Amino acid sequence: MIKKLASCIREYKRDSILTPVLVSLEVVMECIIPFIIAELVNQIKGGCDMKTILNYGLVLVVMAILSLTFGSLAGITCATASCGFAKNMRRDMFYSIQNFSFENIDRFSTSSLVTRLTTDVTNVQMAFMMIIRMAVRCPFMLIFAFVMAFVMGGRMAFIFLIVAPILAVALIIVIAKTMPLFKKVFKKYDRLNSSIQENVKGIRVVKSYVREDYEKKKFNTAAEDVCADFTKADRILALNGPIMQFCLYAVMVFVLSFGSYTIITSKGLDLDVGQFSALLTYSFMILNSLMMISMVFVMITMASESGKRIVEVLDEQSSLTNPENPVFDIADGSIDFNNVSFKYAKTAEKNTLSNINLHIESGQTVGIIGGTGSSKSTLVQLISRLYDVTEGAVLVGGRDVREYDLETLRNEVAVVLQKNILFSGTIKDNLRWGNKNATDEEMIEACKLAQADEFIVRFPDGYDTYIEQGGANVSGGQKQRLCIARALLKKPKILIMDDSTSAVDTKTDALIRAAMRQYIPETTKLIIAQRISSVQDADIIVVMENGAVSAAGTHDELLKSNEIYKDLYNIQNKTGGDSDEE
Amino acid sequence: MKNNKRPTVKKGTAKRVIKTLFEFYPVLMPLTLVCIIFNAIVSSMPAIFMQRVISAVETSWQSGDWAGVKEQIIGTVIILVVFYVLSLLSGFAFNQTMAIITQGTLKKLREKMFNRMQDLPVQFFDTTNHGDIMSHYTNDIDTLRQMVSQSFPQLLVSILTVTTLFSIMLYFCVWMAIVVLVGVIFMLIVTSKVGGGSAKYFVKQQIEIGKEEGYIEEIMNGQKVVKVFCHEEESKADFDKINEELFLASEKANKYANILGPVLNNMGNVLYVIVAIAGGFLYLNNVTNLSLSGMAISISVVVPFLNMTKQFAGNIGQVSHQINSVVMGIAGAERIFDLIDREPEVDDGYVTLVNAKEENGQLVECKERTGIWAWKHPHQADGTVTYTRLRGDIVMDDVDFGYVDDKIVLHNVSLFAEPGQKIAFVGATGAGKTTITNLINRFYDIDDGKIRYDGININKIKKADLRHSLGVILQDTNLFTGTVMDNIRYGRLDATDDECIEAAKLAGAHDFITRLPNGYNTVLTENGSNLSQGQRQLLAISRAAVADPPVMIMDEATSSIDTHTEAVVQRGMDALMKGRTVFVIAHRLSTVKNSDVIMVLEQGRIIERGSHDKLIAEKGKYYQLYTGAFELE
Repeated sequence: MIKKLASCIREYKRDSILTPVLVSLEVVMECIIPFIIAELVNQIKGGCDMKTILNYGLVLVVMAILSLTFGSLAGITCATASCGFAKNMRRDMFYSIQNFSFENIDRFSTSSLVTRLTTDVTNVQMAFMMIIRMAVRCPFMLIFAFVMAFVMGGRMAFIFLIVAPILAVALIIVIAKTMPLFKKVFKKYDRLNSSIQENVKGIRVVKSYVREDYEKKKFNTAAEDVCADFTKADRILALNGPIMQFCLYAVMVFVLSFGSYTIITSKGLDLDVGQFSALLTYSFMILNSLMMISMVFVMITMASESGKRIVEVLDEQSSLTNPENPVFDIADGSIDFNNVSFKYAKTAEKNTLSNINLHIESGQTVGIIGGTGSSKSTLVQLISRLYDVTEGAVLVGGRDVREYDLETLRNEVAVVLQKNILFSGTIKDNLRWGNKNATDEEMIEACKLAQADEFIVRFPDGYDTYIEQGGANVSGGQKQRLCIARALLKKPKILIMDDSTSAVDTKTDALIRAAMRQYIPETTKLIIAQRISSVQDADIIVVMENGAVSAAGTHDELLKSNEIYKDLYNIQNKTGGDSDEE
Repeated sequence: MKNNKRPTVKKGTAKRVIKTLFEFYPVLMPLTLVCIIFNAIVSSMPAIFMQRVISAVETSWQSGDWAGVKEQIIGTVIILVVFYVLSLLSGFAFNQTMAIITQGTLKKLREKMFNRMQDLPVQFFDTTNHGDIMSHYTNDIDTLRQMVSQSFPQLLVSILTVTTLFSIMLYFCVWMAIVVLVGVIFMLIVTSKVGGGSAKYFVKQQIEIGKEEGYIEEIMNGQKVVKVFCHEEESKADFDKINEELFLASEKANKYANILGPVLNNMGNVLYVIVAIAGGFLYLNNVTNLSLSGMAISISVVVPFLNMTKQFAGNIGQVSHQINSVVMGIAGAERIFDLIDREPEVDDGYVTLVNAKEENGQLVECKERTGIWAWKHPHQADGTVTYTRLRGDIVMDDVDFGYVDDKIVLHNVSLFAEPGQKIAFVGATGAGKTTITNLINRFYDIDDGKIRYDGININKIKKADLRHSLGVILQDTNLFTGTVMDNIRYGRLDATDDECIEAAKLAGAHDFITRLPNGYNTVLTENGSNLSQGQRQLLAISRAAVADPPVMIMDEATSSIDTHTEAVVQRGMDALMKGRTVFVIAHRLSTVKNSDVIMVLEQGRIIERGSHDKLIAEKGKYYQLYTGAFELE
């Protein structure tokens, strides 16, 4: 994990190495300063002249300036290194996700990916910052201060050998007690937040069923639980301060009493007043470093969860790869399914699709119909290689789809997904997804085909109307029509519409199909629908049931031969319709 | 993108945070405060006793007479220990109470926010970005935690320590205290310069983070679309741009923040040197001391003074470190208060829904569930109470409505639904079908006209009771984390398992539920992401079935169910709809054909109404719509 994360440092390696070096220099200065100050104090006490004081002062000021310079430089390199590291992490993750196949995407939920790219990166970034600044600074300062304390205080410094381990053990106990608690409570906290999100999304249901009070009670119970756990963990963690203070005080009392005894009995030979005050400074440094080390440790442990989650994304290998010598040319829009079987997970017992054999000629219109869960969408997603077949082969233009360059294939096979999405930006921006270089005329033409032009021109800003995130400001039917137009702009050889007109009213639906037949006759059109009327006029209608093709044929043929189809037809036209049909 | 994460600090928010803390913990909070003050004072005291010890050492070290000063030194050390113990105890106490107060306050604020949020009108949720709502519970609460648990006490301790230290300094030597004061003022100026730069870029960083989060969320949501359109490279390029912006802002912010530490630290060191020089000068030149204690300048004044200077500078550093998080915390608190202060949904209704039974042809209120419901209508004028049987008679009279003031969505809509009738709304998307149902259950209030329910103006009916009498199945199904059974029971909390199963059977959901890994006990997460759209719809219908309301509103309830399943559901729904008033919105004309009345809406107006046969005979818009689907073959 560490190796993988460290690979994100890249161009910030220089800063990442420079930081601890500069920090070390800063620490050296910080540790020498009290030493010189001790000398100064002794000089003053010894009744030196003003010149000596000024000389010492000058040395000290120079050292302070050096310390300031090193410290500031370290701060700057640290900022660059840690922010750059975070930037690269985000970039690598985002790039990795862009290369995900549908299978990979299915495995991660959107919200979890967003958290990984934001909160988790921030956590790791903070830990990284701690490591390059503190992880060097603290042990270094600890050792240096120890040495100085021995140099100055002699025997007295042994007190640190007693107190420091006590503090260390106490801190370790605190960490060991709190870490599992925090891990547990953070999970609960996540759940609490996701339940809020659920509530916000489903507020209409909550209000319709007058469940406000029920939701409040549910939330308050969960919040109470989270609070209790957090308090417990925080209270243990809050022991850190007093423990640290206790050790500091113990050292002070010892140094003060034993120190004065030593000074007096040795007549200032073993210890003098200046050293005495310097010792106090070092004791603070030593204990503070221990404290910081424990904090760094807490940070790293907390961030390691986040690190794991980031590496998961970085390590995720796309289950689909481009072939070695890809074919960049697709002959025509014919599609063949040869003995195709498919399952989503290798471990799944049952096939989602089994033994599919279908042959579709270029330019045909194909309707696909079948019940919920009959794997209609799965079937068409194999054509543009959104998933790879488990057995058999899918051929487009007479070649196995796995031989084509992925981008070429997907540009020629346009899919209007069932769960479709518009992106924030103008209508034109959205349409250009289909073709970056589309002219206004081309866009208008595609929109006319998809019956979207009529409502777009009624918007005050027409084609420059700004679409809110997720297409929140257009209706479901309008969104679907824009999505169809976007796909049409690709001028694909094959157009797949996966239940893409479910929110469009029947009349518009019919107009779209009529327009397609008229204006893009050479494009192979696959239409998944629930309404018989949407597929009735297709050249072939495929009836799916339980992941298999139940029948394929024209409307009239199926009406005669296929029970499922006949049933569907009758259900949809049972009342009133039959009398008006002719 | 909406982004209002800019920390704009309104005056009074800090005050309100403190007030809130005292309100939540009227006993613990003052106690904590006392502990903090006590701790700060007690912790600065040792300087005085240290001075005493050193001065004792100073007078006798050359003589080496330990016995002579032993008593004085040990006595002072004992007082010192007493102060240390007091400091430790008070430190321990306020650290503990602060942990309790912080978490408790956060919990109470979360609850307050959530409770208020539940009472807000639907309009709030329709017009506020859901990400922004969530950020109150995550980001804002986090910044507040930082502030309450660390910055507040730290700031208080630092300020108190500084004050106490300064008093002690004055006690020792006014001249040197003045030197320290000048140095500290200088430090504060530098802090505000560097800190100001840091704050500016932290704000910018916050904005960039918001942008990046928005972009990531959008692309992740549409990742499959990105794949289908081979848009990966474009989104990478866009992301790189945003990512670089964020990097630049956060790099600058962190640079300033990181420099602040060494700058303050070393200014502290320089100040130390200056004080040492000043002390040396005063001491060596035997300058007459000006002090509260009246003692002369000696080494026992200079040495502790130097230690105090160090402590003093350290605390000033602490203050400047905490300022940033205080500013951010207060900005977070302000957004939290904004949510809590929002006006809840008003409900002036006084007509309530009660169980009733018939006695001698009169409706009498009763406790038990009888299957008969009545509107209890108290009349203020004469103090009488009348009972009207709940029948499901809904009348809209000349209703006008717009979501925003200047855009009317419904014009002069009038309709009446008699009990047990099935009323269908047909029309293009955006014609106002859903709006009508939003008005019946008062998610929104009408601008003009009247809606009557069993002859009662719905404004007089308590919203809760009104909504209890209406079952709603919406276009977007929302399920909640919990078992399938929990989700069905959501319709009526006191329903037994059998009743829930019965409802599922009625809706045609029973079959697929039993095929789930744990049947009715299967846990659903993320809005039932493990179910298909159709299955989720079936659960939503089951949920409405168990609620058993006299009036049902179905907004595209069956749009995602395939026709075959729909036939199954339809049977159940027909049973469910029997004897109820039902409002149906559907695209599929086949599902509305058997309605008693069909309303054809166009741009917020009802342009045709009547039964299927009547509308077909009229050969108007409905006829066109209906035949349109078949005509074009």
